Amino acid sequence: MRHIISLLMENESGALSRVSGLFSARAYNIESLNVAPTEDPTMSRMTIVTSGSDDVIEQINKQLNKLVDVVTVMDLTDGDHIERELMLVKVRAVGNDREELKRMADIFRGRVIDVSDNTYTIELTGTELKLDRFLQAIDHALILETVRTGASGIGRGDRILKL
Amino acid sequence: MELTGAEITIRCLQEEGVEYVFGYPGGAVLFIYDELFKQEQVKHVLVRHEQAAVHAADGYARSTDKVGVALVTSGPGVTNAVTGIATAYLDSIPLVVISGQVPTSFIGEDAFQEVDAVGITRPCVKHNFLVKDPKDIASTLKKAFYLAKSGRPGPVLVDIPKDVSNQKAEFSYPATVNIRSYNPQVQGDIGQIKRAVQMLLEAKRPMVYAGGGVILSDAAKQLTELVHLLGAPCTNTLMGLGGFPASDKQFVGMLGMHGTYEANMGMQNCDVLLAVGARFDDRVIGNVSHFNSVPRKIIHIDIDPASISKRVKVDVSIVGDVAHVVSGLLEVLKSSKQKPDATAQKDWWKQIAEWRSANSLSYKNSSELIKPQYVIETLHKITHGDAFVTSDVGQHQMWAAQYYKFDQPRRWINSGGLGTMGFGLPAAMGVQLAHPGATVACVTGEGSIQMNIQELSTCKQYDLPIKVIALNNRYLGMVRQWQEFFHGNRYSHSYMDALPDFVKLAEAYGHVGILVEKPSDVEGALQEAFARKDKLVFLDFRTDSTENVYPMVPGGKGLSEVILAEDL
Repeated sequence: MRHIISLLMENESGALSRVSGLFSARAYNIESLNVAPTEDPTMSRMTIVTSGSDDVIEQINKQLNKLVDVVTVMDLTDGDHIERELMLVKVRAVGNDREELKRMADIFRGRVIDVSDNTYTIELTGTELKLDRFLQAIDHALILETVRTGASGIGRGDRILKL
Repeated sequence: MELTGAEITIRCLQEEGVEYVFGYPGGAVLFIYDELFKQEQVKHVLVRHEQAAVHAADGYARSTDKVGVALVTSGPGVTNAVTGIATAYLDSIPLVVISGQVPTSFIGEDAFQEVDAVGITRPCVKHNFLVKDPKDIASTLKKAFYLAKSGRPGPVLVDIPKDVSNQKAEFSYPATVNIRSYNPQVQGDIGQIKRAVQMLLEAKRPMVYAGGGVILSDAAKQLTELVHLLGAPCTNTLMGLGGFPASDKQFVGMLGMHGTYEANMGMQNCDVLLAVGARFDDRVIGNVSHFNSVPRKIIHIDIDPASISKRVKVDVSIVGDVAHVVSGLLEVLKSSKQKPDATAQKDWWKQIAEWRSANSLSYKNSSELIKPQYVIETLHKITHGDAFVTSDVGQHQMWAAQYYKFDQPRRWINSGGLGTMGFGLPAAMGVQLAHPGATVACVTGEGSIQMNIQELSTCKQYDLPIKVIALNNRYLGMVRQWQEFFHGNRYSHSYMDALPDFVKLAEAYGHVGILVEKPSDVEGALQEAFARKDKLVFLDFRTDSTENVYPMVPGGKGLSEVILAEDL
């Protein structure tokens, strides 16, 4: 099953490689991983999307907790949470396609953030599924480039991950 | 006061009360070695290979309750040390390994003797550090010692670039250490402890399975009292030997791949299993689904939450330090009005006696060929069961574990998790230095000893009167045994040809060598060797080359699917 694990860790060089090394050494899956410093610059927050049986997910949580640089771990999938991913898509936009792509971006609440004679770059946020659907909805042949951040997640309401 | 990084490093070791540093100098650690030279408090032991430095520090740590310390240079110094570090990691041994690194401005340039020490060791250390500023050395080393020893112990590497060891900074050794992301749980949950006691009291067929955690937490006394109160049989893992006295009538021997029949059958057939500082690894319980195919309740005590429910689902988990948790169990047990079910236990012990009568460790002694089991039994007799015994890896290791009956913890020093050939002799050096007057025997094979035989030179330099008990069967015996059982007797590269004359070799290093070829000479040779209290004696026992280790649970099989010697 797919799980989103969120964690706070020391913002130190090498911390990221400890996490990614753990996943490869123990043969756990990583679907996506993103990390950036938090409002407290000594700490980074990482979101990992992974999958596995309940036993494997339990081990992932425990093994992550065991890393000395990891401050705290939360499996967001255990409760109510929100997840969002950012995608930038560069598409060939000429002739009739120009109108059509703009319309499609509007329907998905995307924004065109860069325009050239032949291309649009569309910014889109949403769940992984929504971004997948957008890519399915436009003509595949028009896609020049995509870049996705992987999911970021946060608990709903009073579910707070902090030190 | 401002000190150089190298001075700070040595001052930290002094502050930590470090007695011995095992190491090997090189370019990147020259400043640190210079400071070592200028003081006398921290003694340095010069090994002949960095792997041995780490194993010696490891043996020192295992036989005491202290942190072992090794010092190596950058590049090949670190890569040579990796096997030692991984050995300590797999067995949770507290070590601080200090490595030199190329100057900070050279890092990443593929400089001479540069490797990414932090990267290379990351998967086999509890934690590691690269120190980029001399002002951080003291706090980093403080953390390193704390991390190594607390929680589930393990090796910690501190990589210090050469320029950092030469630059100056203000020195003050921190009195305390606080790592916000690291708070190991020491006390067990009292609710869980009460549940565990209730479960044990209601057991009809209780069993205690104790591992290396008992040794590491110095909980042998508490465990022994608990087992006596429960009236249950107790088995030890390879790492746990000595955690419960082997001569106790409730001891059923080691379990696992080469465990006794009664220990393995007890594990399989008990109704309540108390696992204490042990982790259900593949060499211990064999096939997991076979193990799970019979119902039993499991209580698991471990300081590492990740060790719980990793391979086997448990009913009551108690995260905490073994000594604390077992003391907690004792307290609750003593205050309970209920007593263990004596009637049920009587039947259980009757069943165990039946399994015991299979006499699974029996072997046919011979007047022609030296049986390795006989050598170990005689070693036990001559040393009154009171020696520190280190071992290498293979058949001799299993025989030592089976036939040297350890009554005390920290006496049995072996590489259990990683299975590192070459561990025994350097580990014995660390043990002997930690216990100068004690009897130290290194049980080894002609294969393993050659993996770190250069350390005979270190033993000479520091007058370490270790007794090397080489069970020389001219084969990599455990490999040969598997080839005999599972590969149609095709002994692919498991023979040892062109062996050196070990007696002459020992003599060349300035030691005493004794060749023993007849069973009738075994006891006399051992007596002679151990009488020479000031000399290292290398005993080359030419043992039966076809002897196998029994009982054996083949890899992937269940604990009750055992091969006994008489089956063949």
